[in-house]
Amino acid sequence: MKVVVCVKQIPDPAIPGELVPETGTLNRDDKLILDESDSYGVEMALQLAEAAGGGQVSLVSMAPRSETSGLRTALAMGADDAVLISDDALAGSDALGTAKVLGAAISELEADLVLAGVESSDGYTGTVPEMIAGVMGLPSITFAKQIEISDGVASVQRQTEAGYDQVECALPAVVSVTAGVVEPRYPSFKGIMAAKKKPVDSKDLAALGIDAAAVGVAGARQETVEVTDAPEREAGEIITDEGDAHANIVEFLTELKVI
Amino acid sequence: MTLAQILLFAEGDADGASGLTLELATKARTLADTVTAFAPAHGEAMAAELGAHGVSTVYALEGLGDGLVGVHAAAALAGHIEATSPDAVFFGQTTDGRDTAARLAVLADRPVSTNNVGAEVVDGGLVTEEPIFGGTQNIFTAYRASAPALAMFRPKSFEAEPSGGGAAAVESVAAVDPGEAGRATVTGRHAEERSGPQLDDAAVVVSGGRGLGQPEAYSMVDELAGLLGAASGASRAIVDAGWVPYAKQVGQTGKVVKPSVYIACGISGATQHLVGMKGSKNIVAINKDPEAPIFGVADLGIVGDVHKVMPALIEALKSR
Repeated sequence: MKVVVCVKQIPDPAIPGELVPETGTLNRDDKLILDESDSYGVEMALQLAEAAGGGQVSLVSMAPRSETSGLRTALAMGADDAVLISDDALAGSDALGTAKVLGAAISELEADLVLAGVESSDGYTGTVPEMIAGVMGLPSITFAKQIEISDGVASVQRQTEAGYDQVECALPAVVSVTAGVVEPRYPSFKGIMAAKKKPVDSKDLAALGIDAAAVGVAGARQETVEVTDAPEREAGEIITDEGDAHANIVEFLTELKVI
Repeated sequence: MTLAQILLFAEGDADGASGLTLELATKARTLADTVTAFAPAHGEAMAAELGAHGVSTVYALEGLGDGLVGVHAAAALAGHIEATSPDAVFFGQTTDGRDTAARLAVLADRPVSTNNVGAEVVDGGLVTEEPIFGGTQNIFTAYRASAPALAMFRPKSFEAEPSGGGAAAVESVAAVDPGEAGRATVTGRHAEERSGPQLDDAAVVVSGGRGLGQPEAYSMVDELAGLLGAASGASRAIVDAGWVPYAKQVGQTGKVVKPSVYIACGISGATQHLVGMKGSKNIVAINKDPEAPIFGVADLGIVGDVHKVMPALIEALKSR
């Protein structure tokens, strides 16, 4: 079985983000790391390949400046190889532009299953996996919290507003995985060393046959007209508990007539 | 200045339209002369409520059956927007809303504006408002692709208010075969059991986070919620860790809540969480780390151990 996992490399969420003033898009100039949301997709792929008695797990990522540090993390977890699409013309791409690029790259890999996180931690549109399926003409099951593969059919528990739906689909298909459904493994030292030698196939837009006008800021066809500071909440009262702070909460709730 | 027509992607069940759908209908009628709706299911059941919120016609998709909503709704919508030429299509930021908007974006080759909390019409075009960086800033974006603009909105961005209209007319829309892309089928539907008030609508919400230390400690959250007639919620951290089901998650992913009182217990206040609850009228936070970001939004912050403060609070409420 061949599983392709979409992997996003994002600015470290622990560092406050900033916008590129000209475009209103997220500044990605600093080092990028593996989006934690995607570590679940990688782990799921590794587990499914193991359950199938072996298989190939390939990563696909689109990132500026041929960034590979996040890919190396996923390779160290156990993925076999990676495709990296990097091109200056991709800066400022929106979800649809990203899906066109990833879809074109994945089409060359003849995957049985395409996995992705439900949404990235920085853009969180939650639309890219479904768009990739659309670009590739594949069925898709989003918001998966459990996946089993048997006889070429994926059985998926898809999270819904009320609970979950059981969904069946013959492969190939795109499945997006919610955070927390599996426990991503920590790369071992051996895995980290091995990852340095695993193949990363770098491509630009021309190699995928995609017109630069269809992607990037121009392809996104949206214009940032204003960025404003949101009104801040007024600072409240902060009390250090000396054993009786619960009384302050009771008083507060009484004032609000909750009790 | 208003748009001529906004098409609303209407979601609901046999009992009627979802709260989010009615919120969007209410907003849409302030932006457009005509508001119509496309319902992938339950079109008839929603017609009265949608009409009462300003929708003139509901286009009800026929024959969805066991197919997934996104791919089938988008296939039919692509033809429907060609035929009816709306200026914008509004979606709720739900699982099916996202799937449908994403598929339609590919079919119609146009972007989707996501995670919005506001919209206005400027110079005849749609400008949407999205909170960024944990809601500390808002970014306003003009849609520059050709009409219709595709825009998705977060729950509770607008208040649903009836306009007093009669039931919307219902017209059926034939299914369009999406081909191989439509081959996934739903073989079973499971609803999680719920007790007490709904998280989305509760006047008081008590939520727990990683600071509870262990899954068993979440029982304190349930007990406190029970005493206050509140709904219980959770941060993403403990949902990801499997302590409580996803249905309890408050945040960017998960539910957006705006109760009159929100009590955060052992929640540090990651951006992911703040986005889902900072619209609450009053916020109480209990956390042992005085530097925790949750204290930046709290009206009453208790720097202390949840394992001491919560039991004392529960006892005090019981003895009243």
